[in-house]
Amino acid sequence: MRKKGISGLIKKGILFTIAFLMATSFLLPIILTISNSFMQESEITANYGTVFESLTEDDSATSWYEDERKPKKSPYVSESANLKLIPDMVTFRQYFTVLLQSPDYLLKFWNSVILVVPIVAGQIFVALAAAYCFTRFRSVKKDILFFVYVILMLMPYQVSLVPNFLVAKWLGIINTKAAVILPGVFSTFSVFLLTKFMRRIPTGLIEAAQLDGATEWQIFTRICVPLCKSAVASTAILVFIDYWNMVEQPLILLSDQDSFPLSVFLAQINNGEVGIAFAVAVVYMIPTILIYLYGEEYLIDGISYSGGIKG
Amino acid sequence: MIFLFPSLIGVGLFFVIPFFVVGFYSVVDSPFNPGFVGLGNFISLLGNSAFLSASRNTLIFSVTAVPLAVLLSLGMAVLLEQNIPMRSAFRTFILTPLMVPIASIVLVWQVFFHVNGSLNKFLMGMGYDRVDWFKSAGSYVMILILFLWKNLGYNMILFMAALNDIPKELLEVADLDGAGSMQKFLLIKLRYLSPTILFVALMSLVNSFKVFREIYLLSGDYPYDTLYMLQHFMNNTFKNLEYQKLSTAAMFMFAVFVVTIGLLFFAEDRVGKDLEG
Repeated sequence: MRKKGISGLIKKGILFTIAFLMATSFLLPIILTISNSFMQESEITANYGTVFESLTEDDSATSWYEDERKPKKSPYVSESANLKLIPDMVTFRQYFTVLLQSPDYLLKFWNSVILVVPIVAGQIFVALAAAYCFTRFRSVKKDILFFVYVILMLMPYQVSLVPNFLVAKWLGIINTKAAVILPGVFSTFSVFLLTKFMRRIPTGLIEAAQLDGATEWQIFTRICVPLCKSAVASTAILVFIDYWNMVEQPLILLSDQDSFPLSVFLAQINNGEVGIAFAVAVVYMIPTILIYLYGEEYLIDGISYSGGIKG
Repeated sequence: MIFLFPSLIGVGLFFVIPFFVVGFYSVVDSPFNPGFVGLGNFISLLGNSAFLSASRNTLIFSVTAVPLAVLLSLGMAVLLEQNIPMRSAFRTFILTPLMVPIASIVLVWQVFFHVNGSLNKFLMGMGYDRVDWFKSAGSYVMILILFLWKNLGYNMILFMAALNDIPKELLEVADLDGAGSMQKFLLIKLRYLSPTILFVALMSLVNSFKVFREIYLLSGDYPYDTLYMLQHFMNNTFKNLEYQKLSTAAMFMFAVFVVTIGLLFFAEDRVGKDLEG
């Protein structure tokens, strides 16, 4: 008995170590990004100069935000890049630049917000109503339609972007935010997820309301929607991250670089302004991290419900 | 029925109707003065070397990334199912990459995989030659790791939920009959997991088509040859406004995708039946 206890403990220890190493390695890139955003420009240059080569050239004249105290002589650059976890000296300089001195970054951040928020809100509203219909009035026809929705949900962007592009041109909204927002609003992902959840609501509840003389609209707003609160939260989170991360749609549907969201813009500022880029990267992930901290349980529930397409 | 209208109109307008238009474009020679050409557009597309290499690269990526994404996340779910301390914290950590925009961690990736970067420094320290991860076939490995980093957590949660749904009584009976943990896993759990495996494979496939994001953010419009994906091809075709080519490519991908989904459903159906017998 005792022997088994010890070997069980060893096994547990090994499993724990594996899980620990795995979990921390998933977190490491994020921690590195955050800690590097507090490094001084000179330290960034010294560490990563070889990677972002334009840094090593003396381009301080073109960067108007440059810290005057920075030594004018060519800075020390290490031969190979070392990812450093802990900054030698913590500075908020980059954040100061990003948030207060350089409106460009905030503008792009704002672009992201005004693209993503209407998509999330619109998609949830449209999907709640559609899910109600798919739940309440089931028929063979509706089930076929629902299957079409599932196929649309799974379709790669590469296929649906061409139709989106054609319609946007036809409606004359190409290169406007509406070209990105409208197809997003009618994406079928939320319909799928919310329908799956609504079908779990006991029919007795709805029938009882019907007997009491409630209209469909009342059943929808007073019973179904309140019962779906957590599903709405988890769906909204999933939709939000997907669109916060978008790259394909703006590249195709928006030609004006000024209206690009930060997700695309970040890829373009990596050269030359690495310290700034780290800070922008952190600013960009703050909304999603906050949502994760507050809504982790919803997120996990939402993912769990989405499993099993046939059910 | 009224409840479905907004969604139906939007889906019809933005996806279904234009999709038929795309289908129409793919079999005519010009959108302005249409003449039916049958499969002519498809044949010329299949002769397009950029399209072929983009398809090949996308295919290679999906075929390697999807099984890896399924197997690794299943392993992780089983590991976190064990009774070890800090399980829920580990689950939180592993899911975090899903919540972080790829654009935000691209910098760290660039430093880590750069030719003078941390990974090569480590490799040279171990006595290996360094690899130019951005400009060689190694770039493929770099993207694969990023893809797995981002997507394993989501899959793992799906598997954990499915493992949780397996009736406990069944496992207890198996225990009484003296089944080992390997037997229990292969004979009981896998059977209950098979719909989830299908779903995870499907979602990983969908996500593997989105890997363009990662590639674009890391290497821009013109990545190393092996990373030239279908989305790159589409982007370039969009720039030249070649509707015929675009529509044909979209229809072609749609056909391939529908067949793949069908096959996955079919396979799961067969496996499920086998186990029930």
